[in-house]
Amino acid sequence: MSILVFAEHDNSELKADTLKTVAAAQAMGGEIHLLVAGHNCQAIAEAASKVNGVSKVLVADNAAYEHQLAENVSLLVTELAADYTHIIATALTTGKNFMPRVAALLDVTQISDIIAVESSDTFVRPIYAGNAIATVQSLDNKKVITVRSTGFDAVATDGNAEIVAVDQVTDAGISSYVSEKLSVSERPELGAASVIVSGGRGMQNGENFKLLDGIADKLGAAIGASRAAVDAGFVANDMQVGQTGKIVAPDLYIAVGISGAIQHLAGMKDSKVIVAINKDAEAPIFQVADYGLVADLFDALPELESKL
Amino acid sequence: MKVLVPIKRVIDYNVKVRVKADNSNVDLANVKMAINPFCEIAVEEAVRLKEAGIATEVIAVSIGSKSCQEQLRTALALGADRAIQIETDESLDSINVAKLLQKIVEEEQPQLVILGKQSIDSDNNQTGQMLAALTGMAQGTFASAISIDGDKVNVTREVDSGLQTIALNLPAIVTTDLRLNEPRYASLPNIMKAKRKPLVVKPAADFGIDLTARTNLIKVTPPAERKAGIIVKSIDELVEKLKNEAKVIS
Repeated sequence: MSILVFAEHDNSELKADTLKTVAAAQAMGGEIHLLVAGHNCQAIAEAASKVNGVSKVLVADNAAYEHQLAENVSLLVTELAADYTHIIATALTTGKNFMPRVAALLDVTQISDIIAVESSDTFVRPIYAGNAIATVQSLDNKKVITVRSTGFDAVATDGNAEIVAVDQVTDAGISSYVSEKLSVSERPELGAASVIVSGGRGMQNGENFKLLDGIADKLGAAIGASRAAVDAGFVANDMQVGQTGKIVAPDLYIAVGISGAIQHLAGMKDSKVIVAINKDAEAPIFQVADYGLVADLFDALPELESKL
Repeated sequence: MKVLVPIKRVIDYNVKVRVKADNSNVDLANVKMAINPFCEIAVEEAVRLKEAGIATEVIAVSIGSKSCQEQLRTALALGADRAIQIETDESLDSINVAKLLQKIVEEEQPQLVILGKQSIDSDNNQTGQMLAALTGMAQGTFASAISIDGDKVNVTREVDSGLQTIALNLPAIVTTDLRLNEPRYASLPNIMKAKRKPLVVKPAADFGIDLTARTNLIKVTPPAERKAGIIVKSIDELVEKLKNEAKVIS
């Protein structure tokens, strides 16, 4: 059997999630090829060739793939899929976008968001916002799978794979990129951060999120938010942690002014250590917190910052 | 334009699910069910397009047993014009759901299909994309804003790094993110009116699609329990514990 892994990148760097997705592929067993689809992405291809356990890097470098539009990328992956038994991508927005399209073009169903591999056809995945864990066997001849990267440890980058250019250009011509508005931050990415400080509705407004800055600076942490904080307009939606936002599993997750709704817990309850700071002693977040502090966050945050 | 909105009946989002003692699945007996929250947003968006004079007809469709008529009636009360139930008692894999929906798209020829980005039970996030592939349409997933512009639809998508706007040729498929809109409540007069709106039942078997299961659910278990934590009295104690006990900060 042979496995095609879609490399997660933004045309400037290869994402660490790819290393975790390759680890999932290794657990399935077989030869692993990485596909880099993008535009002007030679540097990504070189980084990909160093990923341990990968024997070949396929590079599809064309303007049609620059923004990884699902219509174009899915055609490319479907064409390449003929040579593979498993087609795998990271369960981030790019993979979630085009992979089910690949699955349908191949007439198979997709196994989404796996957190463990039992065998080459049996996988473990959370359902019901992580409140149940399902073990699922795929009966399809080809396995189309997205991987929740927090479930796997990154492989090393000491490999030396061959780089091969892919000449096919698959432009469906039914969609086009218009613009993007990216959040700019000096902080680590939420998915990759080892410490995350998150604010919820208790922060009261966007201005108060600055109270988290000093703490995040001292801990080298990323800043996250609950849906309530995002919906209230305190912060941008790409900071949302939860069932419908980002799934994170840092070493330390500090939840400030977050009650702990099921949908939020789905995104962070696999964190190693959870700290909750909330003035409501009955808040459900305290049921999953390793360390809880019942206090007004407006007193607690400045004090915490000064003592770190 | 005609807008098609596929919806799903799922467990209410506030309910904490229990796994059955025999680990065969989660226990859905006597549990409150509702329209999937993302589907509700899809219905709302379609109804807003109608109110804006862009959509001429909004059709809701659901696949499931008779009980999903309840959610179709909800969609009708929220403003959909008519409903289609594809009747089956089986729980279908996404690819088979997409194939049934493809038949409805062929019959109804909508210009726009709006679906939720994922159902909160299976958390698959696949059906919209699969339907787009099967119908050959362009897709705008995780939409937080949509605007019709002649023969195209502009979709602003929530992506990992922020927002991305793409333009899709119509007909197209859009899947909703939570921030697309705030769904309205159905008023009592509208709920009464919804009872008289047309709802057609079509047995899944009549579509001539092979609905054989593509997956085998081996077992369902509860997630690992976190061991109970402690309540600290002060910031000093918290910092001390994080440094010396949990060793997550230095």
